[in-house]
Amino acid sequence: MTPSLLHQVLDYANRADPYPIYEELRKTPIHHEADGPYVISTYYEIRSLLHDPRISSDARNLSSTTHDPLAEGAQGEGALPPSFLRLDPPEHDRLRRMTNRPFGPPHSPRRVDGMRQELHGIVSGLIDDIGDPGRIDLVDQFSYPFPVTVICRLLGVPREDEARFHTWADTIAAGLDPDPDADPAERGKVSQEARMQLGMYLAGLVEERRKNPGEDMLSELATATGEDGAMTTMELLSTAALLLIAGHETTVNLVTNGMLTLLRNPDVLERLRADPRLAVPIVEELLRFEPPVQLVPQRTTLTDIEVRGVTIPKGASLWLVLASGNRDPQRFEDPDRFDPDRRDIQHLGLGSGIHSCFGAPLARLEAQFALSELARRLENPRLLEDPPPYRQNAVLRGPRHLSIACDGIRP
Amino acid sequence: MLGDGYLEQLKREGRIVVVGASLAGLRAAETLRSEGFAGSLTIIGDEPHEPYDRPPLSKQVLLGRAGADRTALPRLRSVDATWRLGVPATGLDRAARRVRLADGDEVPYDRLLIATGVRARPWPRAAEAELDGVFVLRTRDDSAALARRLDAGPQRVLVIGAGFTGSEIASACRERGLPVTVAERGAAPLVGALGGVVGAVAAELQRQHGVDLRCGVMVTALEGDTSGRVRVAHLSDGSTVEADVVIVSLGAIRNTEWLSGSGLGAGPRGIACDAGCRAFDIRGIVTDDIYAAGDVARSPHALFSYQFLSLEHWGNAVSQARIAAHNMLSESTDRLPHMEVPAFWSAQFGVNIKSVGVPSLGTEILISQGSLQDQRFVGVYGYQGRVIGAVAFDQAKWLPFYQELIETTASFPPPFDTVDRRPDGQRPIDADFPDPSVPTHGPTVTLSGYSPADRRMTFTPAH
Repeated sequence: MTPSLLHQVLDYANRADPYPIYEELRKTPIHHEADGPYVISTYYEIRSLLHDPRISSDARNLSSTTHDPLAEGAQGEGALPPSFLRLDPPEHDRLRRMTNRPFGPPHSPRRVDGMRQELHGIVSGLIDDIGDPGRIDLVDQFSYPFPVTVICRLLGVPREDEARFHTWADTIAAGLDPDPDADPAERGKVSQEARMQLGMYLAGLVEERRKNPGEDMLSELATATGEDGAMTTMELLSTAALLLIAGHETTVNLVTNGMLTLLRNPDVLERLRADPRLAVPIVEELLRFEPPVQLVPQRTTLTDIEVRGVTIPKGASLWLVLASGNRDPQRFEDPDRFDPDRRDIQHLGLGSGIHSCFGAPLARLEAQFALSELARRLENPRLLEDPPPYRQNAVLRGPRHLSIACDGIRP
Repeated sequence: MLGDGYLEQLKREGRIVVVGASLAGLRAAETLRSEGFAGSLTIIGDEPHEPYDRPPLSKQVLLGRAGADRTALPRLRSVDATWRLGVPATGLDRAARRVRLADGDEVPYDRLLIATGVRARPWPRAAEAELDGVFVLRTRDDSAALARRLDAGPQRVLVIGAGFTGSEIASACRERGLPVTVAERGAAPLVGALGGVVGAVAAELQRQHGVDLRCGVMVTALEGDTSGRVRVAHLSDGSTVEADVVIVSLGAIRNTEWLSGSGLGAGPRGIACDAGCRAFDIRGIVTDDIYAAGDVARSPHALFSYQFLSLEHWGNAVSQARIAAHNMLSESTDRLPHMEVPAFWSAQFGVNIKSVGVPSLGTEILISQGSLQDQRFVGVYGYQGRVIGAVAFDQAKWLPFYQELIETTASFPPPFDTVDRRPDGQRPIDADFPDPSVPTHGPTVTLSGYSPADRRMTFTPAH
């Protein structure tokens, strides 16, 4: 028997190239298998659902017969409440607004831009330390440590603690990977346990920042007194955990996917080497072509809704396959071609609507710096293994390792 | 000359004249070139400046964050045009296909695009309008002059008219810490465009930000001192306001006077044209060679039952300009209708206001998300059982959904649950638009024609 389309999407065997499966999916824009989620794979439908106020991100709105293995908001003493990613307005708006105060305009318009020099320094340092240019694991030596260092500095989390939160982050990220065959209760428990550990770790930092505030975001969030008042400690911990994890689990894939794509398109890599400004359109096209978040499996309907003649019942689970929408030929000409000269790239790589990527301005800047510097400094770079080994995760998709070699490192 | 090969010849060696060197004129010129027009292109503008962007003039420029001379519109491509700037067009000879200019020159055309826009409605008494310290705000020069005066730190600013522009000016003044009085003839700010329910929120916002807001009053006279500087305004309720800067923000007048006698269907409400932007003559017959776009055009809109809409909206100027330019160079079967759903935005008192559709056509409003009290909400406007418009205060990311409701003539009130639906949003209420026969600063959308009672139409956007 052919495995169902849903199983094929999640099947690790298709991780290196999921796009043929997405093409198959798009033949039925609203795909539904018995007892499974409604899988939406076409650009316009995804985009409109991301703006549809009848769609909730709050797992509590799932019907009791639909189980959400990804629900953050597990019950019980001491459990972290859902982050704003899994909340609807008005709670979502309030928490996101408060989080935005120390991060972006109008209150902190220069936070991200002010990190330019720092980002450049971190990138340079990592490239300087590469060592043997004949055997580089780009993930371990560059694409992972780079965003981790950045998010630690931004939040005010000690970089030395990386070993501690790495394990929790891994477990939580793995929990985002829908696996229809796993025991959802067991998975939920493991993931919730890791969130709690991470929360307790962050609680220590928050307490310290309250006594001794610095310039970092954690200090500002912990001591904020804006028009919305202050976050409760639990809200603060949920938010900090979200920023810490989302702040690096995605960028690592964006940078790695980016370098992989450039090495597969040497002409573009050469152009970038000659003109670092090309990094801007390259990163936009990457977010379309190989988005680090492939699908959003965290939406449900508040009411029966009709999409393209299909009635999706209230309380149903929706999966929005962003990476498929990004390759929808109805929207993008020649969608399987990587083309940074493409005009009008309105991709879904960072989502859309109220939950569109909070960290987008930082992620873009990080990826632009990383790719343009790698292009400039690695001499004659090449892939040693194509396709590379991928991470298990179907949602946060990216290579686990990327083995490359080059002739030397330019100063 | 008409017939086979005419269009090819027009594209190759024709003469196209664009009157109006602002947003619509520029975007039309760019479209003409990108669609392969290789002939001669002349762009006529009454101001000496190259095309510039207006939204910043009542916001960033007044706040001193951007110079008025730094608002030039980005060029999307080279237009290779002959620019006749600082020379207004004064007449149109349709028979001879010539545009007359103020300097006596005449410019011949094979195709003409009129994008002359609107100008600020001046203070009606000329002598008072001449007083030093009395301003309008429409052009780059207006904005620069006003910003300079605000820099000097006036004692009090009086804004006459609380439409979008007036409210944005008041907001900028408050942000600068200047004392501001706003006088509005209607019951609240923005009532012409958004109705009294939303207007009440706008009024609350102004007062919270320290504006001395006076509604239901008219300014009856401006009085100057012996040196000709404005000093005091007299109001219809007998009160007075001492102000050394007065900004007259009473809406706009369409620049169509230069077309009088041309036989074109042009008047105070704009230039009537078809959905493809071809202008009508005064007999209601469509012309083949004259097009209109932007604030000065009024055309039937399929989504609003072919009512003639004239829109003072940025996005409308861009899309109409592109449609007009495309149609100028196209066979009748290849022409496109201007079908864009109206949309506009405003930023004032820290709130991002955005709307889609035509709220002012609505009679009822339902607060479908958020709440008026929080000053963060989405309001949906209904007219005869269908959704006709929506407005968002700090909730703009939801609007594409409501735009889709408008495009598909969805029924009103919307029957479904949404996130953030509050108890006060369960039932529609009267949107409380003022009687249209009573003048206010006016909505920025003007309607005339049939009523959109017909719900049989299905509109499927091509995306």
